Amino acid sequence: MIIYGTALLAVCHMLGIVCGDMLGRALGMKTNVGGVGIAMLMLILMRLWLHKHGRLCATTEGGVNYWGAIYIPVVVAMAMQQNVVTALRGGPMALLAAAGTVLVCGLCISFINRAEKPHSGPPDKTN
Amino acid sequence: MWEIIEKAAKENGLVAAFAIVGLVVLVSGFISRKLTFGRVQGSAIAILIGLALAYVGGKIAGGTKGLADIALFSGIGLMGGNMLRDFAIVATAFEVHPEEAKRAGWIGFVALMLGTVLPFIVGVAVARAFGYTDAVSLTTIGAGAVTYIVGPVTGTAIGASSEVIALSIATGVIKAIIVMVATPAAAKFLRLKTPRSAMVFGGLAGTVSGVTAGLAATDRKLVPYGALVATFHTGIGCLLCPSAMFFAVKAIAGH
Repeated sequence: MIIYGTALLAVCHMLGIVCGDMLGRALGMKTNVGGVGIAMLMLILMRLWLHKHGRLCATTEGGVNYWGAIYIPVVVAMAMQQNVVTALRGGPMALLAAAGTVLVCGLCISFINRAEKPHSGPPDKTN
Repeated sequence: MWEIIEKAAKENGLVAAFAIVGLVVLVSGFISRKLTFGRVQGSAIAILIGLALAYVGGKIAGGTKGLADIALFSGIGLMGGNMLRDFAIVATAFEVHPEEAKRAGWIGFVALMLGTVLPFIVGVAVARAFGYTDAVSLTTIGAGAVTYIVGPVTGTAIGASSEVIALSIATGVIKAIIVMVATPAAAKFLRLKTPRSAMVFGGLAGTVSGVTAGLAATDRKLVPYGALVATFHTGIGCLLCPSAMFFAVKAIAGH
């Protein structure tokens, strides 16, 4: 049943958010700390476990994969509601701070990634 | 006639949003194939169109949520809001290869730390150059350079003025937009090819929105790896900026 997949995703999502909130509370903050990341780890673990026990059929997987595939359209909708007007109104200081940050971080990313050994290989092409 | 259409769109917000976004993606694919001959990915163009529409929406409605502030397009707010965005990000974890993610675990953490400290230093330095000298303003603008959520959270916690908080939000939003738009073009320079490189990117480039949109427009397969790390970005920023970073700035700035 396709709802099993979506429900599995929903349960992992909710548990992750709750854990992230509890982690934030434990660290003395009001924000969520890594809730989505925790949810992702839970989903990865659940998939491995279900796969090992042969409980994962193609229809169930479809209930998760649909939402993974709808991801880019969701990002487009997200772009449509960014506060672009305020961002542009921030003027030269905000622009300079942002551009400087991206430049420094970009150089750093490039530096770290150039050190990666080639045998790590590209991601699986079968996906 | 128009009244009926408007009422239908308002009452079926999310469904209308699916149709609108689908249309934008369709147009983007067409532009990508016919005008750029496939050189610029359709999703990158779709995100650019989205940002342009957000500007238009913001100008018309005068709100903070771009196109979503216009009643006719309010469903965009639900579709692109935190709930569905996070739900879809979590779903991409289904495609993660655990061995790949494990291999990059520690470097992802290092990237995350650098991704908090480096933007903060740049933000503070620029704010200083523009004449801010008090630790509260410097810290708030530095925090904004981490992400546009860390900025206001930090500013509110340490008591910054609303003008400085607005500046910190602007800094964070511009950063996210630059990352979204520039990533596909800079992918070669950044060596964005492997899951490990995507995790380094996720830690250093910050903001879930910038990272995941940038990766989506570069290589859809890398999205979950970048997102896995980037989702910790805001939390760590909110943890460090109003505390350790603020005290550091205070010690240096003197007041």
